[in-house]
Amino acid sequence: MTGLRYVYAVCRPFGTPLQSQLSGVAGDPPRALTHHGLVAVVSHVPERDFAEEPLHAHLEDLDWLTETARAHQGVIDALTTVTTPLPLRLGTVFRDDSGVRTMMEAREEDFQRTLDRLEGRVEWGVKVYAESEQQESPRPAQKAASGRDYLRQRRMQTRSHEEMWQKAERFSTRLHENLSAFAEDSRLHPPQNPALSKATGRNVLNAAYLVPRANSEEFVELVDRTKGEVPGMRIELTGPWAAYSFAGETI
Amino acid sequence: MTVVERREVALVDLLDRLLAGGVVITGDITLRIADVDLVRIDLNALISSVNAQVSSPFEELL
Repeated sequence: MTGLRYVYAVCRPFGTPLQSQLSGVAGDPPRALTHHGLVAVVSHVPERDFAEEPLHAHLEDLDWLTETARAHQGVIDALTTVTTPLPLRLGTVFRDDSGVRTMMEAREEDFQRTLDRLEGRVEWGVKVYAESEQQESPRPAQKAASGRDYLRQRRMQTRSHEEMWQKAERFSTRLHENLSAFAEDSRLHPPQNPALSKATGRNVLNAAYLVPRANSEEFVELVDRTKGEVPGMRIELTGPWAAYSFAGETI
Repeated sequence: MTVVERREVALVDLLDRLLAGGVVITGDITLRIADVDLVRIDLNALISSVNAQVSSPFEELL
């Protein structure tokens, strides 16, 4: 026994060896475990960190989670340069190689089907932030001369914010429609908490699009063209990612 | 492809994908969806407790 097996992804056999300097989760370089026509990419991880209890405890540790997520992503990234990996959810752990093989055997058809669907595709992330006017041009509130004056100012302030949210919603809806029409598939993630993302403005769209690698440049141009189209809307593009958001069985 | 100009991937974008995306397989030891939701909640709680003193710019309008 040399610890547990952490599985990053399942893919088709790829000819090129993985970069040797790649350090995986828990510092163990990932290796390929072949079974029938599929390859699982795995690291050997210690029980003291990846058995059920310690794993759950670690999840509440932001530093540990960050390190593990980055290591996982590093391996997936390396895989995307040589093949189209089917990424697994963070923290998929097996007792030993034979546990991994049994799983591959049981899910072989699903994997083959999903790999067919994702072959040559990448995921792009698009986020829209509505930047509040307060942040754009901080101007000191005029001193209200009277109660009525104060109420009027409050009403105007509220109305301008309502208008901004409506504008943001219209903009995001239209952008999402356009990008979805170009992409093969799309997913909406929940808007991000600004405290976590440390981004300014409110996240009104957090979407993922599945795009053939060959059409990626065109997709990026499509997104770029909408930047600056509507004042107060900031657009962020991330990727290309492995098709994390499209790895589920549903289509 | 010429569009690959990678900056450091933001942790939130990564967690959106690693905790909510990817194939869910019942391994010998696997995080269940409920655990993942807990992680999100815990993270949010953690961060908001850190930032509790800093009020949201929208609060006064609510």
